[in-house]
Amino acid sequence: MTLVLLVFIPLAGGLIAGWMGGKDSTACRWISLGALGLDALLALGLAFHYLGGSGNPGDSRWFIEWSQPWIPQFGISFHFAMDGLSLVMVLLTLFLGLIGVGASWTEIQERVGFFHFNFLWILSGVLGVFLAMDLFLFFFFWEVMLVPMYLLIRIWGHENRRYAAVKFFLFTQASGLLMLISIVALALLHPGNGQGVTFDYNVFLQNPLHGPAAKWIMLGFFVAFATKLPAFPFHPWLADAHTEAPTAGSIILAGILLKTGAYGMLRFILPLFPTAVHEFSTTAMILGVIGILYAAILAFAQDDMKRLVAYTSVSHMGFVLLGIFAGTDFALKGVVIQMICHGLSAGAQFMLVGALYERIHTRDMRKMGGLWDAIPGFGVATMFFAMASLGLPGLGNFVAEFMILVGSFQVAPKLTILATLGLIAATLYSLRLIRRAFHGPRQDEKAYPDLTLRERALNGAFALGLIWLGVYPQPAINAVTPTLKSIQSSAATPMAEHNAISGESQ
Amino acid sequence: MLNLLWTIPVFPFLGFLILLFFGERLPRKILALVGAGSVGVSAAVTSLVAYAFITNPPEGHAFHQVLWTWISVGDFHPQIAFYLDALALVMAGVVTGVGFLIHVYSIEYMGTDKDFARFFACMNLFVFAMLVLVLADNLLLLYIGWEGVGLCSYLLIGFWYREPANCTAAQKAFIVTRVGDTVMAIGFFLLVVQLGTLDVQGLMERAQSEWGPASGMATLAALLLLGGAVGKSGQLPLQTWLPDAMAGPTPVSALIHAATMVTAGVYLIARTHVLFELSSTAMMAVAVVGCLTLLLAGFSALVQTDIKRVLAYSTISQIGYMFLALGVGAWSAAMFHFMTHAFFKALLFLAAGGVIHALHDEQNMFKMGGLWKQLPVVFWTFLIGSAALAGIPLIDAGFYSKDAILWAAYSSEHGSFLLWLGAWIGAIMTSIYTFRMVFISFFGEAKNHVHHKPGLTILIPLIILAALSLVAGFIELPHNMGHIQMFSHFMGTAFESAGEHAQTMAEPGGEAMFQILAGVGSLAGVLIAWWFFLKNPASADSLASTPTGSRLHHFWKSGWGFDAFYDKVFVQPFRWISEVNKADIVDGFYSAIAGATQLTHSVLSLTQTGRVRWYAAWVTVGSVMILGALLFK
Repeated sequence: MTLVLLVFIPLAGGLIAGWMGGKDSTACRWISLGALGLDALLALGLAFHYLGGSGNPGDSRWFIEWSQPWIPQFGISFHFAMDGLSLVMVLLTLFLGLIGVGASWTEIQERVGFFHFNFLWILSGVLGVFLAMDLFLFFFFWEVMLVPMYLLIRIWGHENRRYAAVKFFLFTQASGLLMLISIVALALLHPGNGQGVTFDYNVFLQNPLHGPAAKWIMLGFFVAFATKLPAFPFHPWLADAHTEAPTAGSIILAGILLKTGAYGMLRFILPLFPTAVHEFSTTAMILGVIGILYAAILAFAQDDMKRLVAYTSVSHMGFVLLGIFAGTDFALKGVVIQMICHGLSAGAQFMLVGALYERIHTRDMRKMGGLWDAIPGFGVATMFFAMASLGLPGLGNFVAEFMILVGSFQVAPKLTILATLGLIAATLYSLRLIRRAFHGPRQDEKAYPDLTLRERALNGAFALGLIWLGVYPQPAINAVTPTLKSIQSSAATPMAEHNAISGESQ
Repeated sequence: MLNLLWTIPVFPFLGFLILLFFGERLPRKILALVGAGSVGVSAAVTSLVAYAFITNPPEGHAFHQVLWTWISVGDFHPQIAFYLDALALVMAGVVTGVGFLIHVYSIEYMGTDKDFARFFACMNLFVFAMLVLVLADNLLLLYIGWEGVGLCSYLLIGFWYREPANCTAAQKAFIVTRVGDTVMAIGFFLLVVQLGTLDVQGLMERAQSEWGPASGMATLAALLLLGGAVGKSGQLPLQTWLPDAMAGPTPVSALIHAATMVTAGVYLIARTHVLFELSSTAMMAVAVVGCLTLLLAGFSALVQTDIKRVLAYSTISQIGYMFLALGVGAWSAAMFHFMTHAFFKALLFLAAGGVIHALHDEQNMFKMGGLWKQLPVVFWTFLIGSAALAGIPLIDAGFYSKDAILWAAYSSEHGSFLLWLGAWIGAIMTSIYTFRMVFISFFGEAKNHVHHKPGLTILIPLIILAALSLVAGFIELPHNMGHIQMFSHFMGTAFESAGEHAQTMAEPGGEAMFQILAGVGSLAGVLIAWWFFLKNPASADSLASTPTGSRLHHFWKSGWGFDAFYDKVFVQPFRWISEVNKADIVDGFYSAIAGATQLTHSVLSLTQTGRVRWYAAWVTVGSVMILGALLFK
């Protein structure tokens, strides 16, 4: 039941906040904060129980599992389950959700109730995605994320919001359609458990699909997840959506929505289609490396600060794609750390750009310059997160990228060397951002208010998270180790079989 | 007492935090106290630890302190842990000791700057990162310090960020060194994948047992680490950032770009010397890089007009000597020169800073002149530093440390006559450009007048460093002149597996001849400088104004054209590509799909006219065509 509550609390909170919004916008903000806070407490309780050592997951794959039939004719059920990976992602979602409400405190002044309704429903959809273990239910939540996000961009976005919202919707919907086809095909083609059609993850997991059908179904999933991630060449929606979205929208878009793509690859693609993945992995890794470098060069060229940050997300997600398909112990653990750290560093950067926009009313770096003089607090914070983003050792992103690169080096040294060039490219765009916005002579002599206490607190939370993951990432690594181990063992089965067969034939 | 080890880096870090969060609100006196005091405490603790380490050496001459396990994946467990041996101790001593003097100096030097707090915050962060670098027990932790000092270097070169040129120099330093760092990171991947650890001691053991001598893997790994070292230490081919780094305040140049950070590459190679010894190719590469760099930088130093740029090129050149020493296996000689260089180069920068300060930020030597009367203390300390840099025989530390390297370049098993010759010519060059600087800035007629004289906070650090530049050499004397080996004995505890090759081939008489050559070379350099730049300045000008002379002059002054080359080959193409693809070609592809869809839509919607006659006609045409197709199939 706890899992259902986790998903349900933001849903209900969103309804109440939406209803309150017309009367009292401050109350509506507090209600959102309260609902997410309650949810976060619940998740933290689970974390202490299951990761703190007092809980005993035993031999079971899941910490908690809950299932109720939904459409029994097709074997569809409300099947929720949580393991270490889901738990970590749930915590990240709620953390960024809380920050998102905080970051919109002064920015959003119109239709406040409806904004929070949409915001909380997105989070609810994301939580559902991380917890659903029935593929039909998974798809349902996948779509639940989509519509309110579309509205968020469409209504509260910047100048070019209509274009960006439609683009976001089309890309996600088209790729989602491919995933739906894949899910249905998987349900129909899979031998199942002998009791008719099923959409149950556990059943698919016990008996992975092989052969040409597996390849096509895997590709369907891949396109959907790679679009969400986003991976090259499915990335163009992202720059517009991020740039035009309101601050909170960008934070959760970069921080969590992209991670659902990575999560999907880890949870579904790797263990369910081991042979197909094995054949496809080089291609996917190449796409990852292209993404790292291509997006970094794009980021370097941008004049719009928010667009620059948006492209850096594509670059960082390239590391994730590389690591997932490298599939080694190092790489997969690095991937999870990268997901968390990118959520924090990109989230913080979007929040800063948003706060800066509130003050100087532009995102165009050609019109900035010398801002350190006027708002040194912004300077320090931007510098910190730029350093995190370029992978400065001591901060979490370094740990993540180091582990991914070591893990990839084990299987594909040449590709990894190319990917490592991304560290130099990240330096180029990060320093350029600082240089153009904060260094150099002032463009005007206006005075702007520096970071407020609320903004300092939010930045501080992000920074502490990154430092913690930078010097002591072990709790996060331990939390996901069992999940990743089982993913790896499912993924490795065909190779072991293959080796055994070729060994016998000799 | 050794257990205090972990607090050595902690004090400057606390100083940094205080300055970062309360820097705006505290009065300057407190800021100065926190900024310099934190490094002072750290220096004091370092002395305590050093005393304990020397009087009562721990087992195996190394002390290991684990704080916590950083990452644990499979069999890979890098820790946050410190490792203290003779090598780390000397480094930490120089970093905190020289660092403290420079912090004290900065209180006056930066006294009127409005960003006083930011300056000390960055300086403290630097000392912290540098200490992590030298005390780290594994390469991954070392990398935190390694890139941390790079960050501080960037922040401090661009300290006066309102000036675009300073920002450019800062960015250049960060980017160029990061290229080296990235090569080094690839080296780490190789080491982790092949040997399964980055713990320095374990790594060295495994490299020896699993790779053995003359292994291709060892060569590859060593060369990748060398890539990081040349970036940080301003050696060929990544030396281009260091001269521009002089855009930072002078104390920064003294601490970061002369005494400590730029020698990190030397430290890295010394730290992993076992790995380098497995590969004669890698050793040769280090020696050749050092020898070429010291020559190239020497020539460039000869033609600079900015006093700080002369010193910057001389730093590149002196680190070249250290690389040469490393490359021929003279580990302790390299570290000896590191130490003396830290004293006299910090001294030279700080004294030059005194001049620059007194002349209201004038850095052009040709606008100085005659300063020896007006700034006597600065002059005498600068002269002592110059003597040490030029290696004037017998009286100063620079002579002994450089002589050890010259001798090793010839006599060690990796050495050769050519390496010695390069180093010897370099020594003559050093002497010429050093005394050119002395004669032009401090002698001749005064072209500028002194606005205000430096106070005690500036002079006392100068005097202490001058004293060290004189006497530090006497802890290590060649065996034919006193034969004191305190330093190399102490260092030997860290390099025991390596031994000291320089001594093995010593032939009596030969060494004395080389010492005389070195001494004569250095004195001849002074004489040449005196002739060309004090006695007959016109002759130097006429030499430089011949066509070949002026071309060479320009070529050397611009650092042998490296900047122009890199600009053409890397910077311009990158900018071009990024500019061309600013709007993302891939996006264009999807826009084209969207465009095609809209076009078809608008074309087809033309047929939607609402006239029944047309619809009937289209239906008829369609039916006829289908029928026809069926009939004539």
